[in-house]
Amino acid sequence: MLCTRPLGLYLANVMEGRPIWPLRLGARLESRVYRLCGIDPAEQMGWKHYAIALLVFNALGGLLVYGLQRLQYWLPLNPEHFPGVAADSSFNTAVSFITNTDWQGYTPESTMSYLTQMAGLAVQNFLSAATGIAVAVALIRGLARHSAKSIGNFWADITRSTFYVLLPLAFVLALVLVSQGVIQNFSAYKSVTMLQPVTYRQQKTDAAGNPVEDAAGHPAMESVTTQVQTLPMGPIASQEAIKELGTNGGGFLNANSAHPYENPTWLSNFLEMLAIVAIPASLTYTFGRMVGDTRQGWAVFGAMAILFVGLFALCNGSEQLGNPRLAALGVDQAPSALQAGGNMEGKEARFGIAGSTLFATVATVTSCGAVNSMHDSYTPLGGLVPLFDMMLGEVVFGGVGTGLYSMLIFAIVGVFIAGLMIGRTPEYLGKKIEAFEMKMSAVAILVMPLLVLLGTAIAVSTAAGRAGVANPGAHGFSEILYAFTSAGNNNGSAFAGIAADSVFYNTALGLCMWLGRYWPIIAVLAMAGSLAAKKRIPVTAGTLPTHGPTFIILLIGTVLLVGALTFVPALALGPLVEHLMLRGR
Amino acid sequence: MNGTPTHSILRPAVSLLIVMTVVLGVAYPLAVTGVAQVLFPSQAAGSLIVRDGKPVGSRLIGQPVSDPKYFWSRPSATRPQPYDGLASGGSNLGPLNPALTGAVKARIAALEAADPSDHAPIPVDLVTASGSGLDPDISLAAAYYQVDRIARARHLSPGRVRALIATRARTPWLGVIGEPRVNVLELNLALDKLR
Repeated sequence: MLCTRPLGLYLANVMEGRPIWPLRLGARLESRVYRLCGIDPAEQMGWKHYAIALLVFNALGGLLVYGLQRLQYWLPLNPEHFPGVAADSSFNTAVSFITNTDWQGYTPESTMSYLTQMAGLAVQNFLSAATGIAVAVALIRGLARHSAKSIGNFWADITRSTFYVLLPLAFVLALVLVSQGVIQNFSAYKSVTMLQPVTYRQQKTDAAGNPVEDAAGHPAMESVTTQVQTLPMGPIASQEAIKELGTNGGGFLNANSAHPYENPTWLSNFLEMLAIVAIPASLTYTFGRMVGDTRQGWAVFGAMAILFVGLFALCNGSEQLGNPRLAALGVDQAPSALQAGGNMEGKEARFGIAGSTLFATVATVTSCGAVNSMHDSYTPLGGLVPLFDMMLGEVVFGGVGTGLYSMLIFAIVGVFIAGLMIGRTPEYLGKKIEAFEMKMSAVAILVMPLLVLLGTAIAVSTAAGRAGVANPGAHGFSEILYAFTSAGNNNGSAFAGIAADSVFYNTALGLCMWLGRYWPIIAVLAMAGSLAAKKRIPVTAGTLPTHGPTFIILLIGTVLLVGALTFVPALALGPLVEHLMLRGR
Repeated sequence: MNGTPTHSILRPAVSLLIVMTVVLGVAYPLAVTGVAQVLFPSQAAGSLIVRDGKPVGSRLIGQPVSDPKYFWSRPSATRPQPYDGLASGGSNLGPLNPALTGAVKARIAALEAADPSDHAPIPVDLVTASGSGLDPDISLAAAYYQVDRIARARHLSPGRVRALIATRARTPWLGVIGEPRVNVLELNLALDKLR
């Protein structure tokens, strides 16, 4: 958290277009890019112009990712000769990566070519994060400016945040990750001869590679013995770095940050978590700085930090208690100097309980959605935390940019509610909060619960939705709820047992991610435009100060109230029932 | 749209996307690869362990072990092959799922069959599947639990096996940061060298 101030200050300087000392070279590159692309960085855009530029730019990015996946068989850098990806899966993945969700219905190491990963997915990792920063900064400008028609230049915002913030940080982080053991190469997959052969059962296949069934229609099984292990390769570190920094979360490999090639040591684990929160946390300082009162930024930061500590404590406590069903079998789950103990199903020995639950909390309060342990196997309350983190709207630090703008919306709702309760004029940072702002806030906040609850309802009431469920009972419901919560909030993590690579889930979740991302963005930009046009009103005795402890409590209260009121019934049907079944007598 | 014609959005959008794809999608990963190959060639190539000119595994990727004379790795839920490098992932079984309790029971039975004299409680990581299915480590508790079986199979004194674990053990830095663990493949390779 020590990096919040310097990085936040740096971000403010970059976004206001001031020359930055270490990157003179970047400035030349920046102006060359503008000339090449026919961009006038000084041109000021109104909110509609800004929003259309954003939507067009993102849609083109989506088309590119879709095309790369479909055509990868004929394109270079495909040493494993993976075929093109199916249409529904390509659509889902394209939407997933442009919306900063990075939900993954596929198994990357056996699906995506190196070119698709680096020129398609990793590029959107950068650009979706830059888009988030752009929207957040546009809203800050709306609050900071007065009697203005414009909220900035979208092209300049994207270019600056990419070249001066994301790219240099990603480059350094990628190299540090390589030093820890994250791989970075373009080799074909490597085969090694293992210590001893392994025998396993698998379904027989015919000469064409199709699975064979026996006379009764059951899969025909055969025993296979091999001493060969095939290790995946690829340019992972460069993608890993931006995956965390941009709060994207889409793994190069299926196990994501649980995979030793993505996250090999305790230090890499720590750095990845730090990279996830670095920019969202710093943006609170950027906000304070740009509106001319850093206390405003620290107030928002404080509310986020308090919520974070509470959520982490619940998750960690529940996982460390372990699974009573395993204790009944005589398994030793007590923490000691020799083992982490606790519920280790789906967790890595090098992270133990604390390194896993901290990562889970960090990646779900933000929109990252990376995982270093399998949330599906968490205890009910331990798994409830990541789910509830997302349901709060990812405002506890949140995604790059999205976290700040979502939290500022809650701040605006908060001062409005406080205004109604105590009869003070609803205003925030010298701007009167009126009907238009409240309408846009409502639009931005309510679309997510609507998508999540409606999507879950449709999935549980159709055969296609229920077909994906992996675990019986209440836990199966949680899997579906988690999937839609993750998509609606552009998180991307999963209760990964759910088989989501089906036409139903690829389409439904794709739509959720699309609407869950751009609907609020348009509302936020509209509000930014409206706020920028307003006159600044002087602070009076009737103004509610928005930098003290009272405001922090008010903000936390608003977030919890909206999140809890909307989702407690759904949570009661899933994790809470399961908790009572597991711990109850 | 403030009277802005459509092409004034399309042109920057298309050209900026192309520029970004070249810089971020091609130049950036190539630059990282170039520097990484110079500074950390072994890590960038996958931390492979080579014996007699042949790669026998990666320091970071676990392998399935069931021979009583070796340390066993954690259970792996990858399918069809355990520790399948092409299908990393966990079991994703919920805590109440009967399939989880069933799998753990079978693993306990296998451990007890390999060493019927041992009735100590089994460390949890030795009977639960890891998140990646490729976990290269076991906890120190899980390593010490297996000492008697290995000592008997190799006609070594348990003290020597314990001492070997101690030389390879990784303990938390300053007692708090990190987890007590040991790399199974390195431990087994060292075991083969013991005389």
